[in-house]
Amino acid sequence: MKVLYFAWIRERIGKPEEDVELPASIVTVGDLMDWLKKRGEEYAYAFDNPKAVRAAIDKVHVQPAAKIAHAREIAFFPPMTGG
Amino acid sequence: MSVRITEAPIDVAAETAALSRGCSDAGALVTFTGICRGEEEGAPIAALVLEHYPEMAEDEIKRHVEEAKKRWPLSSVRIAHRVGRIAPGETIVFVAAASAHRQAAFAAAEFLMDYLKTRAPFWKKVERADGTHWVAARKTDDAAAARWKKPGREAAE
Repeated sequence: MKVLYFAWIRERIGKPEEDVELPASIVTVGDLMDWLKKRGEEYAYAFDNPKAVRAAIDKVHVQPAAKIAHAREIAFFPPMTGG
Repeated sequence: MSVRITEAPIDVAAETAALSRGCSDAGALVTFTGICRGEEEGAPIAALVLEHYPEMAEDEIKRHVEEAKKRWPLSSVRIAHRVGRIAPGETIVFVAAASAHRQAAFAAAEFLMDYLKTRAPFWKKVERADGTHWVAARKTDDAAAARWKKPGREAAE
């Protein structure tokens, strides 16, 4: 599955996207954030404050409780500041 | 309807003309132009750098245009959003709504801007002489978008 990062989350992790093999125990977007956090200091820093992180599954906004199921791509980003 | 994300400067007059050409039934055309300010929090800035999530940004804007068309009788909608490095004075976003009468055009333009600010995946970074920082989301923008929520349902979720 593809995971994408934007804005300061991308900068903290040091890459815009990556392919990951998820363990079967990961069911929700929140589970995925907890799992990513344990991958290294840069991830722990990026997901330091989970409340400041927004997520999208296949380009649609979702809450942390959303099930990943058969998602093709999951994106993490800060609250939006466009317009 | 036209939704466009572009790295090139936005020509407001050309955008407005393009919209009015396509809708002879419109009696009202409301346009909003968002411009890069020359200062943020009282200090001058060199530029804004706009990052976005390409396919999602376009999809998300189109979803909100569809929602606007359900709520108001619109003849046409045109949105252009700039990404990349934007200098002070340049246009960041252009939103235009055309309708038979002004109320729908005003309301739809405001609705689209409020949602664009809080739901479309764009992020602003400020460039100054002494460094860069990401712009923080504003609570007032969330409050502005929340006004449009219909009772008993999550808007545009």
